[in-house]
Amino acid sequence: MAHREKRAWIMLVVAVVAYAIYVTIVVGRTGGRPLADVPYAAALLWTVGASIVANIVAEMAIGMVSPKAARVADARDRQIGQLGDHVGQSFLVIGAVAAMLMAMAGWDQFWIANVIYLAFVLSAVLGSVAKIGMYHGRLPQW
Amino acid sequence: MVKPTRVTNSIRALRFTHGEMTQAELASRIGVTRQTVIAIEQGRYSPSLETAFLIAHVFGVRLDDVFQYPDTSEEETP
Repeated sequence: MAHREKRAWIMLVVAVVAYAIYVTIVVGRTGGRPLADVPYAAALLWTVGASIVANIVAEMAIGMVSPKAARVADARDRQIGQLGDHVGQSFLVIGAVAAMLMAMAGWDQFWIANVIYLAFVLSAVLGSVAKIGMYHGRLPQW
Repeated sequence: MVKPTRVTNSIRALRFTHGEMTQAELASRIGVTRQTVIAIEQGRYSPSLETAFLIAHVFGVRLDDVFQYPDTSEEETP
């Protein structure tokens, strides 16, 4: 498996696990009250912070166990990286536009913060899935 | 659905006739990863022109002895 494919897997797993933990914490705190009234900020910040740290630690770990030659990236790796990032970034734009419209419409801060976090997660997940798919399939030809 | 490339190649056969050169050795000689050599061999990735020339140079053959492309003029003839 290419080194950058391993990194894409790490990002995918970390993003999914971190979001699942966050959703479980927030939903577990509802206790019959509306979701928008649940305290979420600390859980969101801790989850985002922990996922960044987990990503860095996991990448360092695979970097240490992989020989230096295996960590070298070539033109194909860079093309896959750029296309994958491009796919992921589109969800950041969708999330930002959704958050802007929700703010204009006077939605609760809870929903605005959560739609932005969801966009970050979707960006990481779909960008990683696109990269993994391109490593196992073909690169788009233009 | 990603359009498959029409470029075919003879890298596997050329590796075999050149002392059963490994994919890793070819990769190191042309400066790409072994995964990229595998993808090129399987027709899942079209390399840059420069990489294509490097592969041909490693085997000491012409570019079109390594990579082939169907002649479209033959297909258009009824």
